[in-house]
Amino acid sequence: MAYVPSADAHAHGEPQSFVTKYIWSQDHKVIAIQYSLTAIAVGIVALVLSGLMRIQLGMPETDLVDASAYYQFMTLHGMIMVVYLLTALFLGGFGNYLIPLMVGARDMVFPYVNMLSYWFYLLSVLVLMASFFVPGGPTGAGWTLYPPQAITGGTPGAGWGILTMLVSLAIFIVAATMGGLNYVTTVLQARTRGMTLMRMPLTVWGIFIASIMALLAFPALFVAAVMMILDATLGTSFFMPAIIAMGREMPHEGGSPLLFQHLFWFFGHPEVYIVALPAFGLVSDLISTHARKNIFGYHMMVWAIVAIGVLSFFVWAHHMYVSGMNLSFGFFFAISTLVIAVPTAIKVYNWILTLWQADIHLTVPMLFAMGFIVTFVVGGLTGLFLGNVVVDIPLADTYFVVAHFHMVMGVAPILVVFGALYHWFPKVTGRMMNDTLGQLHFWITFLGTYIIFFPMHYLGIMGMPRRYYAYEDYEFIPQSAHDLNTFITYAALVVGAAQVLFLFNLFWSALHGRPSGGNPWRATSLEWQTPDTPPKHGNWGEKLPEVHRWAYDYNVPGVEQDFIPQTEPQPESGHSAGEERT
Amino acid sequence: MSFWVDRGHPGRGTIEPSRTAGRWPGPAERSKLALRGLLILLVPLTSMFGLLISAYIMRRHMGDWQPLPLPWQVWLSTLLLVLSSAGFEWARRAAQVGWVDDVRRGLLVAGVLALAFLASQFWAWRELQQAGLAVATNPANSFFFLMTGLHALHLVAGLMAWLRTRAVLAGRQEPAAIQSTVQLCAWYWHFLLAVWLALFGVLVLMA
Repeated sequence: MAYVPSADAHAHGEPQSFVTKYIWSQDHKVIAIQYSLTAIAVGIVALVLSGLMRIQLGMPETDLVDASAYYQFMTLHGMIMVVYLLTALFLGGFGNYLIPLMVGARDMVFPYVNMLSYWFYLLSVLVLMASFFVPGGPTGAGWTLYPPQAITGGTPGAGWGILTMLVSLAIFIVAATMGGLNYVTTVLQARTRGMTLMRMPLTVWGIFIASIMALLAFPALFVAAVMMILDATLGTSFFMPAIIAMGREMPHEGGSPLLFQHLFWFFGHPEVYIVALPAFGLVSDLISTHARKNIFGYHMMVWAIVAIGVLSFFVWAHHMYVSGMNLSFGFFFAISTLVIAVPTAIKVYNWILTLWQADIHLTVPMLFAMGFIVTFVVGGLTGLFLGNVVVDIPLADTYFVVAHFHMVMGVAPILVVFGALYHWFPKVTGRMMNDTLGQLHFWITFLGTYIIFFPMHYLGIMGMPRRYYAYEDYEFIPQSAHDLNTFITYAALVVGAAQVLFLFNLFWSALHGRPSGGNPWRATSLEWQTPDTPPKHGNWGEKLPEVHRWAYDYNVPGVEQDFIPQTEPQPESGHSAGEERT
Repeated sequence: MSFWVDRGHPGRGTIEPSRTAGRWPGPAERSKLALRGLLILLVPLTSMFGLLISAYIMRRHMGDWQPLPLPWQVWLSTLLLVLSSAGFEWARRAAQVGWVDDVRRGLLVAGVLALAFLASQFWAWRELQQAGLAVATNPANSFFFLMTGLHALHLVAGLMAWLRTRAVLAGRQEPAAIQSTVQLCAWYWHFLLAVWLALFGVLVLMA
């Protein structure tokens, strides 16, 4: 039965000119590529910044960066990686590309808003980059931007730097809201016939729940940013206490820096899961596809995503144990933090049980997916340490925390990003990425990040504080720690340089890669069943696909082929091949 | 079922967990989509104003807080916004039964009253400024200006949608289009009224 939803291709005709096709494009696939390339570009900036910081820490005698520059690089590195790279890439990049294709829609439901979302995102990136060139340079307040120091003289970039940062964040939030609006509405309203919620691939579930969380959490950052802008420009005292800076009394009185911390972390903790949930979703699909086996416990996986999404709004104050808080609050947030480990552990077990006795193909995406599981477990376990108040207090502000969050929400999601890029690249370009380069890239990145971050746990337990620009002349830091720092720096530079392999592979393969065909991984989900690869405007040609089964029919007994696409009708007898075995 | 139960069976089969469960909402339809989109837009807005209120509640316990004497104009504003919202409701109901003239009248009333609301808010701000109660004088003032300012900005955005609705009416579109766009505006207006009442309640009761 043919039907044409009104949010259909024909609501906006196929673009003709170069400008409407590739620049002011309303096509979700082009917008996804724009988002991804922008995010990767700004991510490279953040990667270079981290290299410069490591050179300072490992080889302080080089004098490459001074203290101000170090703090500025640290701030920008953190903010770019978390917000402008990971959030934008997962939601704006993968969300944009995959949601309409995976649910069988012709595009996002509000294509014009979708286009605006990208251009606002680009504007926010440009404003952020402009902060390198304003008087005083970018802010060096740390990515958490805590007042009062963020806007008090003496902190690098306390004038223009922090303002450009806050304005850029506000613009980003507008972009993320417009994007989130699209992703949520598209999932709810534009699924094709037969695509019930419980048939959606876990990728869509992860991005869907993360988008809802973004809609709820980003306003907290927005409110905080607006209030801080007012504190900095109009002299209000939302966050700024009475303070004497540089021997001069500032115009503020009585404000509450803690209020900012609450607002910031009410955004900041869900933000961790806004990055993690899409990664969970994408990695589930990578594992299932490359292990040729259905995802273990699909229902459990969906409800775990939902549970994590809900719980993540009740744990924010575990970032504030050392800010001083009521004991009962500390108890509550420690418990809620440990409770959130339960659905997360369910997901990890289910990934491992999916791999159990599976027909594992060690393709590049699969390597990255398995690398993710290992890294995520390591990072997650140290999270259990830090979630407990009594353990957190001695470990707070040490390299243990740096190791923890880099493992769990730096390296782990970025491994998923790489795996997913290698996996969906053939759909985007119609060509395969080079396998040898991919393998090399994986092993250097995976082993290298362990060499970088694993020793940091020891440095942290030894008591080496984070956020220091130089560690000479402290008696409690032994020579061995300096040696380790130098070692980590060498590893970091190698891993950083190895990303060139990936970039080369990405651009070279887009032009010269081996043609992939429509479904090189023999995958079941809808995006691999498009009539054209790369999919044309409107995605599905004349007729929308119809869905008859879930996305995980791999190795169904009694079926010759080891996968059954979602579009394949169930057998006439009324029960599926899968049922016959019971 | 689980892997240990399936030991005896050849292959690694699957059963879709929900072949019958779950509902497909049917093909996407323009008016339904727009309404759903608007409702989802209200989620971040609710979150933003809600967080603003909780920040207000936390901040007012600090020592330097001096309650702000609310200017009488905000009571007038409240009345104007209630009437503006009522005007939109009138237009919305008229659109449902296709009385285009009433839609037009309702929209005009609603828009003029909304502008009057903004004027009244502006008047209140001026009054405070002239009384020496500027934005940065006291945190209570800062919150007052921030809350009313953000609300007013959202109303200005609503007025742009209102202009578009009048363009749709002038363009003699089909009744379904008119109905849809008027309905969207009305919902948004009612939401902004609810937000205003919440902010107003907080400002009055928790000064």
